[in-house]
Amino acid sequence: MTRKQKRLMILGGFGLVLVSALAMILVGLRDQIVFFRSPSEVMAGKVKPGEAFRLGGLVEKGSVLREPNQMVRFRVTDGSNAIAVTYRGLLPDLFREGQGVVTEGRLDASGAFTASTVLARHDENYMPREVADALKQQGHWQPGKGDGPPKP
Amino acid sequence: MIVEIGHYALVLALVLTLFQATFPLWGAIRRDAALVALGPYAAIAQFLLISVSFAALTYAYLVSDFSVSNVYENSHTLKPLIYKWSGVWGNHEGSMLLWVLILALFGAGVAVFSRNLPNDLLGATLAVQAMIAAAFLAFVLFASNPFLRLGPAPFEGRDLNPILQDPGLAIHPPLLYLGYVGYSIVFSFAAGALIVGRIDAAFARMLRPWNLVAWITLTLGIAMGSYWAYYELGWGGYWFWDPVENASLMPWLTGTALLHSAIVMEKREALKIWTILLAIITFSLSLLGTFLVRSGVLTSVHAFAVDPERGLFILIILIAFIGGSFTLFAFRARAMESGGLFAPVSREGALVLNNLFLAVAALAVLVGTLYPLALEGVTGQKISVGPPFFNLTIVPLMLPLFVAIPFGQRLAWKRGDLLGVAQRMVFAMGLSLLATLVVAYHIGRGPALAIIAIGLGIFILLASLDEIRERVMRGGTAGALHRLIGLPRTFLATALAHAGVGIMVIGIAFTAFEKEAIVSMKPGETVKLGEYSLTLRGIAPYSGPNYTSTVAHFVVHDGTRQVAELRPAKRVYIGRQMPTSEVGRHRVGFSEVYVAIGETSDGNHVDLRAYWKPFVTLIWIGPVLMALAGLLSLSDRRLRVGAPRVAARRPERLEPAE
Repeated sequence: MTRKQKRLMILGGFGLVLVSALAMILVGLRDQIVFFRSPSEVMAGKVKPGEAFRLGGLVEKGSVLREPNQMVRFRVTDGSNAIAVTYRGLLPDLFREGQGVVTEGRLDASGAFTASTVLARHDENYMPREVADALKQQGHWQPGKGDGPPKP
Repeated sequence: MIVEIGHYALVLALVLTLFQATFPLWGAIRRDAALVALGPYAAIAQFLLISVSFAALTYAYLVSDFSVSNVYENSHTLKPLIYKWSGVWGNHEGSMLLWVLILALFGAGVAVFSRNLPNDLLGATLAVQAMIAAAFLAFVLFASNPFLRLGPAPFEGRDLNPILQDPGLAIHPPLLYLGYVGYSIVFSFAAGALIVGRIDAAFARMLRPWNLVAWITLTLGIAMGSYWAYYELGWGGYWFWDPVENASLMPWLTGTALLHSAIVMEKREALKIWTILLAIITFSLSLLGTFLVRSGVLTSVHAFAVDPERGLFILIILIAFIGGSFTLFAFRARAMESGGLFAPVSREGALVLNNLFLAVAALAVLVGTLYPLALEGVTGQKISVGPPFFNLTIVPLMLPLFVAIPFGQRLAWKRGDLLGVAQRMVFAMGLSLLATLVVAYHIGRGPALAIIAIGLGIFILLASLDEIRERVMRGGTAGALHRLIGLPRTFLATALAHAGVGIMVIGIAFTAFEKEAIVSMKPGETVKLGEYSLTLRGIAPYSGPNYTSTVAHFVVHDGTRQVAELRPAKRVYIGRQMPTSEVGRHRVGFSEVYVAIGETSDGNHVDLRAYWKPFVTLIWIGPVLMALAGLLSLSDRRLRVGAPRVAARRPERLEPAE
């Protein structure tokens, strides 16, 4: 093999790794991403049954129902619409009625939402940005509430 | 008064950095030694001033001076002393002060250990470091000042976020920042070398200790953060592919690549352009991480109080430094001659392969982290990129890299013999195959990928140990101990660091075989967890210094033998009325029984999540071993900055060709 052929082979090998990695990244970005939806968007039929997505909003006051065997039912609202959620497992420490929440899961054929994860935050003042935006869109955003700690 | 002194010291430090950013640089360009000589003094003075400032804030925390807004927001008189102290950096403003303190520490470090640095490089490096310091001191003073006063002073503080009230807070952020910010000095060295045009093997040698220090602390910082998340959050996971975690992983990946490419530059004068580029990229990624964490543009579980103005400030700093360094790079890159040639199958070739995979992995993490931002900016759609994406992209990149590690570390420089290397590893290969089969037989059915990864981990570990054995036993057992002590520390460090990689891979792969139980239990009930069983004895309230808690009392049985009592708890902190979980863990060798409980509504039963986690501690033992290997490499006498002469006088035969 001449030196030129050798160099071509090495460059080809590099290119192969790069191209296949880029292909993986693109495939991943197409198939492995999860969209964020507000309850109003779900009601408007933007989500197909069986598709994984993130549902975010506020936990509706008085909607949390704890059943035996760690089943929890609650409703996620953006002020205009609310979606019923079922979840089995331990809720994160900062899960509270009236607070922001992001859940990931799927709709079944009847339109009921089953969450596989309910996301926790490290700070009680923190409002997930998507939730804040969804509330703003529905015109129910109150600045200062969950908008970072109050300024002195 | 003390608080004002701290505030004033910080302002003085900013003025001093402006001075340090100009005169030594001018001296470096004009070859004026007297001007350059001002640099080290300024760097040390700057460090002392910021230390005074940091001490003043610490004092305000220790005496609970609630007239300082930052203390009021994040402290409480009932808080235990260690959390008053570590609470200094448990918030945005205080942690930025720690950030600039560490920045100044590295500048001062270069100033103190500057004996062997060429004068012009020293001047330019300290000047660049001062520019970074000036930008961030301005950020602290104008956009996140921890010394702002409140009047009238409140009677009681709002307490520290309870999740942060853990010894982890005392260790994780300082270590992580030492690594993150430590790459600033690597960046400054690279920029300085570009300015004065000294890009050669000697430069790589001078860069080495700083690169290692940053890498060691970043490795430990990430591992510590992962361990903290594992035992504090009660989810039982060790890595969540959260944007903020990714922000620390990206500089680690490129920093690790830099560690390897710098070896090629040092020994063979090759890969110079690439090494300089990696040094710039690594710190750029650190800056990007700081931006992502502080601006709140990405949804993350690591939420600092978010302020768009601050985000914009850091974004400007980010663009200025990345843009400036790349412009400098573009102007100077052509002047860099590439050095020694080498065959593709050689130590250099293997190190290039390592760089390829690590850099592409960093790219994948970068794309996955920023894609949601880009998509939202373009289409307004909100998405999240989670573990499935990273598993799909990172795993196929890491597996070939892991296969290559044992081969790479045995290949000779310039021209290696792959077949010869494979032959020398037959023993290690056979042994790891055997060990993998035994493991597979014991755990029964499971994902094939996990079994393969376990096998790879064992192979990396055994091949590394076998390489040390080979060197030591060369020429029989007589004098083996002497040869072990006589081995170059860099050689031992390579073997140990790679053994650490193997250990970590084994730990990660074993998570595929953990057992989980999510149940609701009444006292007296029992749940099975693999070979162990968990019985709830009772539920009782308990009061701590600044929290109340509900404690569940479990006993763990191995068969019929009681092996441990666990007391996981749910705490509610008085200051913020915020609940946290305290996990109960029982360690068996490297494995763990792990129990977290939920909120108990009636006191009669408790919801819990329990795991059997085989070999889980290996996930953190691996990185600790890597960091120790880094320390060992740092201590290698031949490569210490102050001792080039001694190395040159050493007889040749004592240095095995590596």
